[in-house]
Amino acid sequence: MVDLALSQDISIASSSTRLRRFHATDRTFRRVTLACALLVLAMFAGIFGALISGAWPALKAFGISFLWTETWNPVTEKFGALAPVYGTLVTSFIAMLIAVPVGIGIAIFLTELCPRSLRRPIGIAIELLAGIPSIIYGIWGLFVLAPVLQQDVMPGLIATFANVPVLSTLFAGPPFGIGILTAGLILGIMTLPFITAISRDVFETVPPVLKEAAYGLGATTWEVLWNVVLPFARAGVVGGIMLALGRALGETMAVTFVIGNAHRISASLLAPGTTISAAIANEFTEAIGALYAPALIELGLILFLVTAAVLAAAQYMLYQLERRAGGRS
Amino acid sequence: MTTARYRRRQMRNGIFLGLSVAATAFGLGWLALILGALMYQGFSGIDFAIFTESTPPPGSMGGLLNAIFGSIVMSIFAVAIGTPVGILAGTYLAEYGRNTRFATIIRFVNDILLSAPSIVLGLFIYDAMVLTMGHFSAWAGGVALATIVVPVVVRTTENMLLLIPNTLREAAAALGAPRSHIVRQVTWRAARAGIITGALLAVARISGETAPLLFTALNNQFWSTNPNAPMASLPVAIFQMAMSPYADWHRLAWSGALLITMTVLILSIVARVLEAQTDRR
Repeated sequence: MVDLALSQDISIASSSTRLRRFHATDRTFRRVTLACALLVLAMFAGIFGALISGAWPALKAFGISFLWTETWNPVTEKFGALAPVYGTLVTSFIAMLIAVPVGIGIAIFLTELCPRSLRRPIGIAIELLAGIPSIIYGIWGLFVLAPVLQQDVMPGLIATFANVPVLSTLFAGPPFGIGILTAGLILGIMTLPFITAISRDVFETVPPVLKEAAYGLGATTWEVLWNVVLPFARAGVVGGIMLALGRALGETMAVTFVIGNAHRISASLLAPGTTISAAIANEFTEAIGALYAPALIELGLILFLVTAAVLAAAQYMLYQLERRAGGRS
Repeated sequence: MTTARYRRRQMRNGIFLGLSVAATAFGLGWLALILGALMYQGFSGIDFAIFTESTPPPGSMGGLLNAIFGSIVMSIFAVAIGTPVGILAGTYLAEYGRNTRFATIIRFVNDILLSAPSIVLGLFIYDAMVLTMGHFSAWAGGVALATIVVPVVVRTTENMLLLIPNTLREAAAALGAPRSHIVRQVTWRAARAGIITGALLAVARISGETAPLLFTALNNQFWSTNPNAPMASLPVAIFQMAMSPYADWHRLAWSGALLITMTVLILSIVARVLEAQTDRR
C-alpha cells in the first residue's frame, strides 16, 4: 500500500536530505497527534476551571452550607442546592430500581434463552432505546406518558397505598402526571440499554467449560446463571450499572420536560420537583443578578464532580476486567 | 422428598427465566410505544411548509426551515472541528502511546468525557466563548457540539486502529517507510471504514443534543445565516415549542422530533453497515 515511488526513493536513500525530511515530518506528525491527545486533557481541565471560575461568587457567598440549604429565591438572592441535589439523587435511584433488574434480565434473555436468529434484531432494538435522543423521550413523556399516568396509574397508586404506613406518604397528593416518579421512570427506560450492553458482553466472556461443568452436575439454567455466570461477571455488571447511573445523574432534556421544575422537597414521589440539570436548563438564560447564574453554575460544578466520580469508578472496574480478560487469552 | 425439591428447583428456574422474558418484553414495549407515538403524531403534522418556512409566531402556521438549517450548520462546524482532533488524538493513543501511563490517563479522561453530562459542556462553552465574545453565536454552539464529537471519535478511532494487525505495520516498516507514512498510508487506510463509522456515530449523537445549545447558540425565531449571531436548531426549537401552550406549535414540535429520530436512525444504520464491512475484512 505504500506508494511505489516511496520505496524507490528509499532504494536510492543516499539522498540524505530526503531522509532528513522524513525525520522532520515524522516528528511533526507525532507532535500534532500528541497535541490533540493533550487537548482531551485540556478539555477536562477547562471544564473544571470554567465551572469553578463561573461559580466563584456563589462559592464565596454561600460557602459549604450551599449543599444543605433548601431555599431557592432569586428575588432575595438566597440559593441552596438541597432540592435539586435531592431530586437528582431520587430520580436516579428510581431509574436504577427499574434499569438494573430489567437491563440484566434482557442480557440474560439475549445470551441464554433467545433463539440465535432473534438475537441480533432484539439486541439492536434495545440499543436503539439508547440511541433515541433525550429530547424525544422528553416530548413523549410530557404529551403521551404523563396524561396516562395522571388519569389511570397515579390515582390507582394513591388509592391502593392509602392505608399502608410508609407507602401512603410516598404516593400521596394530587396526581399531576409529571413529577419525580415520572422522571425516574423515563430515566430508567433510557439507561437500561447501557446495563444490557455491558452485561451481555461480560456474560459472553464466561468460559463455556464453567457453565457446562455446572450443567453436568445437574444444575438448572437459573442455577447456572446465579451461581456461575453472575459471580463471574459481577465486576462488569457493576461497572455497567455505574455507567448507567452516571448517565442518569446528568441527563437533562428528558427530565426537564417531566419534572415540573419546583424547587422544593416533597415526601411524595408524585409531586413535582427539580434536578440539577433541569434547574440549569430551565433557568440559566433567565438568570439575572449577581448570584443567580453563579449559583446555577455551582450546581453544574456539583453535578460534574459527582458524575465524574461515578464514571471514574465505572471505568476503573471495566479496565480491571479488560486486563483480566487480556491476561487470560 | 427429592422429587419435591426437584420440582421446586424447576419452578424457580421457570419463574426467573420467565421474568427475563418479561424484562425483554418490557424494554421492547417501551420502544414500540415511543416510536409508535412519534410516527403517529409526527407524520400527521409533516407537510411541505416545514421545509420552506421559518418558525412561526404563536397562533399561525409555519415551518422549521431555519431550525433545520441551523442544526445542519452547527453539526458541520462540530464535525469540522471535532473529527480531525479526535482522529489525531485516537491515532496517538493507538500508534504512539499504546501502553504508556500517559496514554492510559488520556484514555481514562476521554471515557469520562464520553458520558459527561452535556449540560455541563454547555456551561463550559458559555463561560469560554459566549462570555468572552459577549454574545450568543452559532460558532459557540458548534464548538459546544464539538466537545461531544471529540471523545466519541477518539474512542472509535483508537479501537479501529488497534484492530489493524501489527504485521501490516511491520511490513511497511521493513520497506523502510517512516513511521508517519505507515500511519497515514497503511493503518489509516486499512481502518478508514471504521473511522468514518465513528464520525457518523458522533453526528448521530449530536443531532439530538439540546442541552449544550441552550445557552451557546440560544435560539432564533427568524431565518439567519450569520454564524456570529444566535441560531435556531431543531432540538432547541422543539423544546421551546413543546413547552408552549399552543397546539400548532406542539404539532410542529412532533414533526421536528420525527425528523431528528429519522436522521439518527438512518445514520446508525449506515454506520452499522460500514462497521459490518470492516469486520468482514
